[in-house]
Amino acid sequence: MKSNQEGKQKIYKPILAGTQEWPVVRLSNNRKQLIEQISEEAFQKLIKVQRGHSLREELETTLYLEKLRIKKNPWAVDPEDDYSFWNKIKHELVDLVGSKDASSKEEEILKRIISRYANEIAGNFKKSRYKLAREIIKFGFKRLLNATRIGGFKAIFKNQYTLNDKIQIKGKAKQLRKLAKLGTVVMVPTHFSNLDSILIGWIIHVLGLPAFIYGAGLNLFNIRILAYFMESLGAYKVDRRKKNPIYLETLKTYSKVAIEEGAHSLFFPGGTRSRSGKIENSLKLGLLGTAMEAQRSIFTRHPNNDGRKIFVVPVTINYNFVLEAPNLIKNYLSRKGQERYYVENDEYSTSYKMVKFLVKFFTKGSNISVSIGHGMDLLGNYVDGDGNSIDTKGRIINTRHYFVSNGEIAVDEQRDQEYTRKLSEIIVREFHRINRVFASHLVAFTAFNLWKRQYYKLDLYDFLRLPEEELVIDYADFRETFIEIRECIFKLKKANKVEVAGHLKGNPDEVILTGITNVGMYHSKRPLLLSKEGKITTQDLNTLYYYHNRMDGYDLEKEF
Amino acid sequence: MISKKNSNRPVGVIGAGSFGTAIANILAEKTEVLLFSRDPGMVKSIAETRVHRDKSIHKNITPTGDISYLANLCDVIFPIVPSSAFRSVLQQLSPYLYPYHILIHGTKGLDILLPGNKGLNTITSIDRENVMTMSEVIMDESVVVRIGCLAGPNIAKEMSANQPAATVVASHYDEVITQGINLLRNDYFQVYGNKDLIGIELAGVLKNIIAIASGALSGLGLGENAKGLLISRGMVEMIHLGKAMGGNVPAFLGVAGIGDLVTTSNSTMSRNFTVGYRLAKGDSLNTILETMEEVAEGVNTVQIAKLYANSHKVTVPITEVLYRILFEDLKVEEGLQMLMKFPYNVDIDFL
Repeated sequence: MKSNQEGKQKIYKPILAGTQEWPVVRLSNNRKQLIEQISEEAFQKLIKVQRGHSLREELETTLYLEKLRIKKNPWAVDPEDDYSFWNKIKHELVDLVGSKDASSKEEEILKRIISRYANEIAGNFKKSRYKLAREIIKFGFKRLLNATRIGGFKAIFKNQYTLNDKIQIKGKAKQLRKLAKLGTVVMVPTHFSNLDSILIGWIIHVLGLPAFIYGAGLNLFNIRILAYFMESLGAYKVDRRKKNPIYLETLKTYSKVAIEEGAHSLFFPGGTRSRSGKIENSLKLGLLGTAMEAQRSIFTRHPNNDGRKIFVVPVTINYNFVLEAPNLIKNYLSRKGQERYYVENDEYSTSYKMVKFLVKFFTKGSNISVSIGHGMDLLGNYVDGDGNSIDTKGRIINTRHYFVSNGEIAVDEQRDQEYTRKLSEIIVREFHRINRVFASHLVAFTAFNLWKRQYYKLDLYDFLRLPEEELVIDYADFRETFIEIRECIFKLKKANKVEVAGHLKGNPDEVILTGITNVGMYHSKRPLLLSKEGKITTQDLNTLYYYHNRMDGYDLEKEF
Repeated sequence: MISKKNSNRPVGVIGAGSFGTAIANILAEKTEVLLFSRDPGMVKSIAETRVHRDKSIHKNITPTGDISYLANLCDVIFPIVPSSAFRSVLQQLSPYLYPYHILIHGTKGLDILLPGNKGLNTITSIDRENVMTMSEVIMDESVVVRIGCLAGPNIAKEMSANQPAATVVASHYDEVITQGINLLRNDYFQVYGNKDLIGIELAGVLKNIIAIASGALSGLGLGENAKGLLISRGMVEMIHLGKAMGGNVPAFLGVAGIGDLVTTSNSTMSRNFTVGYRLAKGDSLNTILETMEEVAEGVNTVQIAKLYANSHKVTVPITEVLYRILFEDLKVEEGLQMLMKFPYNVDIDFL
């Protein structure tokens, strides 16, 4: 494959000599203290912000929702005393009616709930397990890779191919390493596949960075193997079933305190995997907001400017092939088409399915590139190699000043929210800017739009329902348009609005062939095929739509 | 209601035009004010005579010609200079600005930034990234993020006479709105807050087009039916254009939209109205502009708005006709005929 030739991966030394120094290790050594701090902060916040109802109402709603969850949607990973805990709360609340010191008792109950949540969320990082897990992953991946690339069972013991050949790291890797030494890094990647967390974990290791903490869906902890690895790699647990304000506040406080304590963090700011295949164009602000709050808090506690600075680093992950694509796009379309009921099917609900997925990926996967973006401060200003924020005119900005009113650091939550919103817009812009266009994305985009133009009278849904047999493009026509669109991409690249994979340059026939062979290459129904007679066809228009969406947001549609 | 000011630092006003001076006088009732002018002679004369543009200057106002001094001393600054000079003033100011500064501007015009320094006359289409409101110029030229704007029926002359008036302070930040209200609010000046910064800026900018048209109707000696027609259709046009440029409809329905539109369209004192009025009386645009003391933003706005509407397929018959009157020597009477023949058929189509 062409992109193989783009250069050998560099080997990076760890930036910190011993794991003892790792922020995440320090956190887990002080786990108990950390949980106390989180509980206290979350408690203060919840008491302060009364969303128009009393504490009692808040507790009752939470109780109701939790009992409903236990009844309707129990998981293997739920603690055994789940029912008895909430039942006890219920009785206590009943007994409180009419009691004199009700409000102090209610506060005590709130504290207990918060503390339970904090314990549940907090990760359990153990460095011995981290090392073991890392070695197992490395060993396993390497064996699988060799078995499939070189062929035959015997090859499982060869060392010819490594993950480094398969995964290319592009962009500001060196700067990221520097920033992780200077301050606290918050990495925000795009999210297309369940593979992303593992992949990013691997990248962090390859770059010689200490482990990052990241929120992983509690559902993944149902799977024993995965739970083991994730706990070892610094994951904390996020339970999407729990949507009550007490839980959400505790979760946010966990993230805020961990960042404030210097733990490098990773969030997928899109929230979940991109269903449509589009690069995220709006982000979830909750967790990003915790970074903002952490930064303000650091500035407050360090009036002499010696607090750690927080750096935001956007990352995009570029695939030719996303295993989940057919399901994701089906999900997306049925949601958009406002079908009333749909069942989200979890492709990874058991250990077996997960392993099967990994085997499939490593036996079949095609190349992946990871682009690391320019480091920024929390207001989205680029930072230089020394971590200084730089404005568009090249002058140094003191990030602290963003949080100052009347000469001192001031708490202004509305302002923080607005800053977070601004930051999210800049992250989206950076995603599009560092995204690397593959030939496979571009052929999908070209073919889809050529067909869409042909049936311009149909809306998207009617169009997608067309029988695939009706859709044929002559190679010559396709080639002509492809070259035009590629020119547009090169122009965008020149204007610094996108990145381009090396294999996209050169002889258009070769590039098109690379694209068509790679796009969604291991789906049972191929999104694009080139017949011997020189006709371009598709076997699955939905999946083609998915891969085409990768080029959404560059205003290229107007070329058709 | 007199609220306490938030700090003891003075507030800065940049630009000593009639509106800038009126705002400085209002601010001075609550706080020390530094008033910047580029013209050293003006600074000197204000300091000595305490009178400027026939208005007395409040004792709390100190004129200055030193922009860095002003920026260092003031956390809150009101830049009130014509849009054509706005960017260069910001460039001058920018090195002394920090992210804690609050800038609330009062300029109702647009800035054009074309690649390769091309002129407006040489291009046939324009994108949003080339047209900037003043808040966007501030963001483009400085590190300031806490930005707001003033817009509303505030004719400087009436404000100086302490007649009732109102303004909107628009900003994404509560902090900026609160500061604006605390600093400006008094018994005859009502201040409202709004979060749609771009919408409010555009309302203030686009109403100037209709103000010119209104002046032209007056100049022709037409009556109130014609004016009512113009204002309501002008409103629709403003909203369509405003939406296309990123504002939201509600911004155009409040004090800064309808409020300002009705005021300016009826005010013989307004500069834009005067331009239209004199055009109808047969003066040429050049003669009018040469003899005007202060800038009529509307003229420039018509040109940009017309180009933008054409590039983005927005129907703007009033703007189109005004453009031809201003720049293509169409007679005002003919323009009016064209508008009366235009096939409008839906009254309200923006809700």
